[in-house]
Amino acid sequence: MTERSVTINNRAGIHARPSALIVQTASKFPCKIWLEKGSDRINAKSIMGIMTLGASFGTVIRILTDGTDEDAAADAILHLFETRFEEE
Amino acid sequence: MEEKQITVLDLISLELKEQNALNLHCMGGRAGLSRPIAVPDINRPGLPLSGFFESFAWQRLHIFGRGENAYLRRLEEENNTESLRKFFSFPVPACIFTHNLAPGRAFFEIAEGSGCPILQTDLPSSELTSRILRVLSDLFAPETTVHGVLVEVYGIGILITGDSGVGKSETALELIERGHRLVADDVVQIRCVNGSILDGQGANKIIGHHMEIRGLGIINITTLFGVGAIRDKKQIQLVCSLEEWDPDKVYDRIGIEEKTTEILGVRVPTLEIPVKPGRNIPIIIETAAMNERLKKMGYHSAKEFNHNILRWLESESARAVYFNRDDYL
Repeated sequence: MTERSVTINNRAGIHARPSALIVQTASKFPCKIWLEKGSDRINAKSIMGIMTLGASFGTVIRILTDGTDEDAAADAILHLFETRFEEE
Repeated sequence: MEEKQITVLDLISLELKEQNALNLHCMGGRAGLSRPIAVPDINRPGLPLSGFFESFAWQRLHIFGRGENAYLRRLEEENNTESLRKFFSFPVPACIFTHNLAPGRAFFEIAEGSGCPILQTDLPSSELTSRILRVLSDLFAPETTVHGVLVEVYGIGILITGDSGVGKSETALELIERGHRLVADDVVQIRCVNGSILDGQGANKIIGHHMEIRGLGIINITTLFGVGAIRDKKQIQLVCSLEEWDPDKVYDRIGIEEKTTEILGVRVPTLEIPVKPGRNIPIIIETAAMNERLKKMGYHSAKEFNHNILRWLESESARAVYFNRDDYL
């Protein structure tokens, strides 16, 4: 199990396009990937799940991965957050 | 999971429908609205008001009905506020007055001084008691979220689970097309009510009843299929777990043994359904729902079938024994 923590930096928060990007990235890895906000945990391979999370600007999100390539997966997702989903 | 904190303000601002409405509003002690409600229970404070404080359940919500209010008036006439002061020396979460009753000035002063909110409702005490207990047990019900789709098929609430990309949403879409109802897609919030009933609903009302279909994107089920195709909440009565067909795995061929999944301590009947091109999953799920209804009515297809076979085998062997006897006639 690998864990990373990140704060959402893009103003619009995680709306449809960033969600799609996360899901696309997550689906490339066979390991299990979750996103956590507070006590809510959702599957990062589910687009509706990510949008339901309601992650707005400034929210702290934990990325959890478990499986064969968990480190690479966590870094790839983290990279998306850090580059603000290629927005702004 | 971190513990949920429910405050008095949460209780007042709950949006409840007619027969559940508590009609609460705040009469005084507004500052105390942030007080937490720690236990899902109520108390009639007759004994503490009369000065008896042993085993005083101060953590509960205190309901003042006509009797208590009349007693408060008497105390006030006698200028006796000792028991009231002692009552409010405990951090009681809130005092609720029924029948639109209101306490006297002394009560307000002492309660507000201690930071205890005073609420009022137009309901009679017994009605408020039964409603508030129901609401509280709902609020305090254990909760979890699962990844899956919840649909209602022929009146049976079915939770379709499985890995991403196995075809849960597509299956649900076909079921909706065939006249069944969607409760929640992808994120299903489950509550255990009464310790035995699992209620499932969408995690978010605003973006509920949408689905993501690969190749199509996000679709709105309500506007596409109408309000007849959706439902807000449904008890989970069956779990259908979809999985890629694994040639090495043994799948149930008879259906006499019943598998279950444990959700929040409740065991739900479970079917493992292997997915393979050419297998029409929605029809299998429809049939599973009807079969489940039959079971609830007391008819178990697989058991009944086996029972008939056993009876037939028995009569056959009896006949063989009978006819092969040497001294037969």
